[in-house]
Order: sequence, then C-alpha cells, then structure tokens
Amino acid sequence: MECRRRIFLLRWSCALLLVPVLSACSFMRAAEPEPYSAGEPVIEPELERREITEAYIDSEDFEVGAFIGVMNVEDFGTNLVYGARAAYHITEDFFAEAAVGRTDTDQTSFEDLSGGARLLTDDERQLTYYNVSLGWNVFPGEVFIGSDHAFNSALYLIGGVGNTDFGGDNHFTVNVGAGYRLLLTDWVALHIDMRDHIFESDLLGDNEYKHNLEAHTGLTVFF
Amino acid sequence: MRSLSLIMVLLSSLLCVAAQAADGLFVAVVAEPYLELRSGPGRGFPVFHVVDRGGEVEVVKRRTDWFLVRTARGKEGWVQRDDMAKTLTRSGRQAVFAEPGPGDFSRRRWEGGLMGGDFEGADVMSVYGAYAFTPNLFGELSVSQVFGDFSDSWLGMASLVAQPFPKWRLSPFFALGTGLIYTDPKSTLVDEDDRTDQVGSAGAGVRWYLTRRFILRAEYRRHVIFQNKDDNQEVDEWNAGVGFFF
Repeated sequence: MECRRRIFLLRWSCALLLVPVLSACSFMRAAEPEPYSAGEPVIEPELERREITEAYIDSEDFEVGAFIGVMNVEDFGTNLVYGARAAYHITEDFFAEAAVGRTDTDQTSFEDLSGGARLLTDDERQLTYYNVSLGWNVFPGEVFIGSDHAFNSALYLIGGVGNTDFGGDNHFTVNVGAGYRLLLTDWVALHIDMRDHIFESDLLGDNEYKHNLEAHTGLTVFF
Repeated sequence: MRSLSLIMVLLSSLLCVAAQAADGLFVAVVAEPYLELRSGPGRGFPVFHVVDRGGEVEVVKRRTDWFLVRTARGKEGWVQRDDMAKTLTRSGRQAVFAEPGPGDFSRRRWEGGLMGGDFEGADVMSVYGAYAFTPNLFGELSVSQVFGDFSDSWLGMASLVAQPFPKWRLSPFFALGTGLIYTDPKSTLVDEDDRTDQVGSAGAGVRWYLTRRFILRAEYRRHVIFQNKDDNQEVDEWNAGVGFFF
C-alpha cells in the first residue's frame, strides 16, 4: 500500500515538474525562426562577414611642401622669401592651409640717406610669419601640353589669419591672395602663389596698415 | 602525414595572405549599367571612359569625395563617392563608402582645431588638441597668442573638459584648466621686462557638429593670472572657431 502511494506521489510530482518545462520549451520554440520557407537556403553558410570600408583605401587629403619666392616688406625692400606649407583638402572645393615663411629685409630709405641711423637690429630685421588660411578652388580645370599630356589644375582664392614677427614685435596679420596649383602627377603639385600680408605697425611713427606683397612658387606632395 | 598536409595548408594560406597584401587594392564590380570615369577629382571634369556592368575596377586611392580607379585595361579615372557606393564587392556584397557622420562625432577620440576671439580687448588666436578619455571627459592642450596694444602674450593651457551630453548635435561642455602666460611688452612703447605667470581658468562652451569631420566651437573662459604684484588679474576670454575630429 505504502509503495503504491509513493508511486502515485512520484507520478504527480513528475507531471507537475513537466508542466513548466514543457511550457518553457514551447515558448522557446515560438522565439525560434521559421524552419524553412521557399527561396531561402536551407543551410546558412558560416562566412565571416567582412565590411569593406574606406579604411582599406589609401586616402590622400593632406598636402605638404616647401616654397621659395620674393616678398616685399613695406619700407624695408624686396627680398628672397622661403617657407613650408601643409594643407588639408576638406572637399573638392575647399582646403585649409597652414604656412610659415621667413625673409630678411633691407634698410629703409631713411636709414640709407641718414647714413648710420639704424632703426632695427639684424635680428629684428628678419621677418617670420605663420598663418592658417582657407582656400577655395574657384576655377578647377585641365591644362594641355602638346597633344599627349593633360594635367589637372586649379586656380584658388585664399585668405586667413596669422602672426608676423618683425621689428621686435608680433603683429596680428590678415593674408589674402590667389594661387595656381598644377598637378604634375596624382600626388605631386606645383604651386604659384600671390599673397598680401596686412598688419598694423607703428615702427615708423604713425600706426598704419602695412601691405606686404609676396609671390612664390613651390612644390607639394599629397599623402 | 597528417601533420605534413596541415603544414602545406597553413603555408598555402599564408602565401594567399601575402599575395593579397602585395596586391592590396580593393576591387569593385560595376553593378549599375555603367560606371563613369572622369579625368579629375571634381564635378566639372569630363567623363572620358565608362566601365560596363560586371566590369571590375581597382580602387587606387581617395581624395576628398573622389576615388581614383584603374580598369582592367589600365585606364585610370576618378569616380564620385555616390557612384562608388553603387558598386559591389567580388562576393556580390554592397561596398561601404560611408561618410563620417554624427555617430562618429559622439565616438571621437581625437579632436583639434583653431579659434579666434577676444582676450580682455585684445585679439587672440589659439590652436587646441583634445583626447577623449571617455565620451564625457576630455583632456585638452591649447596654445594661444594674444595681440595686445601694449604687449603680446603666449598662453599655454592644460584643461579637463566635461561634456555631459556627448550625443547631442549641439553639445555643451565645461572646462577647468591651468597653465602659464608669457607676456612680452611692445618694444616701441613700454620699457618693461618679459614675465611669465601662472594661470588658472574655468569656462564653458558649446560644440556644434557641422558635417563630415567638422565642428564649430564657441567658448567663454575666465582666467585668473597669479601675478607677483599684490593683486591677481582676472581676464575674460571669448573664442569661436572650427575643429575637426578623427
């Protein structure tokens, strides 16, 4: 009797245990995807999905190079100027450029004529500028040399702000100008630039805006 | 014998990888009726060649939104990003030529930029670089040049910047910093020595995600210059400028 009762209890407890287990199973089933529908592969191939992104493609938006030319410093003559530039091409139309340049200046006419009076020391006579500018490729195009060679080019307008260290002082400087970029290959460019560096100075008495014109040519590489 | 074949398989797979690395260029398969190749990386350059559907091109490089591609016959031309996005990979998948977007802005690690503004009545220009420790907390270094009427100054600052809402397109931030200011009196006006003082500052500002990798940034800072004189000098600085992130 005792034995039968035990079996009875065991059966019921088993049944009670099975209810939640089975319901859980059916719930999990519902969450599983549909077994098979026409048009889908029966076996999903276990391929590693590799996303092709731009990281795999070499981007050449940066441009660095050096330049050499002439610069006129108002009242202080025209001399050789040299420097370096780096640019980042934001879109096909716009680029940001940072540049540094240096030139030595002559004596003013006053210093020459007075015979001996010197306004500046040799160190102060050296002009160093740096600036950050925004350029706009206003006329992009191609130039043709003979019938076999075509080169990409762009005429750009450029302007920005920076500092000019001259005559023992720093001057906040605005620069405006235009330039021409000729791409000799996909990654080497020849530049011809005209720039006006404008700053306020009281070096010769009155405080006035000085216009300092610069023309230079340079080579840059894209990377 | 089994180990030998295993080595062979490993070697051949290594060779495959080496061959891929040597070649390296991504190959795109034309899926539209044709792909237009232009002579330069700009919208105005003429189309000089087309590749038909099913043709393959190697992607040599990218410049801004243009891709230099090489056809099987060795012709090279520039293709716009939107057209590249319609090509497929060799396995038939859509190639991804995504532009950086607002999501990249909130996940950025490095940021740099240039600002200009007013430093207690004088012109100021600054460059800065920032690194994100977390999306909410940045470390920032900046160098500013101040063009005053009577003196020029250089200001170098190290700051901690908190950005409570990194996912907002217009996102405010708060900064605490310390640094040094070097003051050089103008030679034509004042006969005073150069000096270097310590600076502490607090400020707030906003970043506005513009497009691609670019942001606009404006901020206000109040500096306290700890001078050797009796009084500390308090200076207001307002700045606005552009930044980029990567």
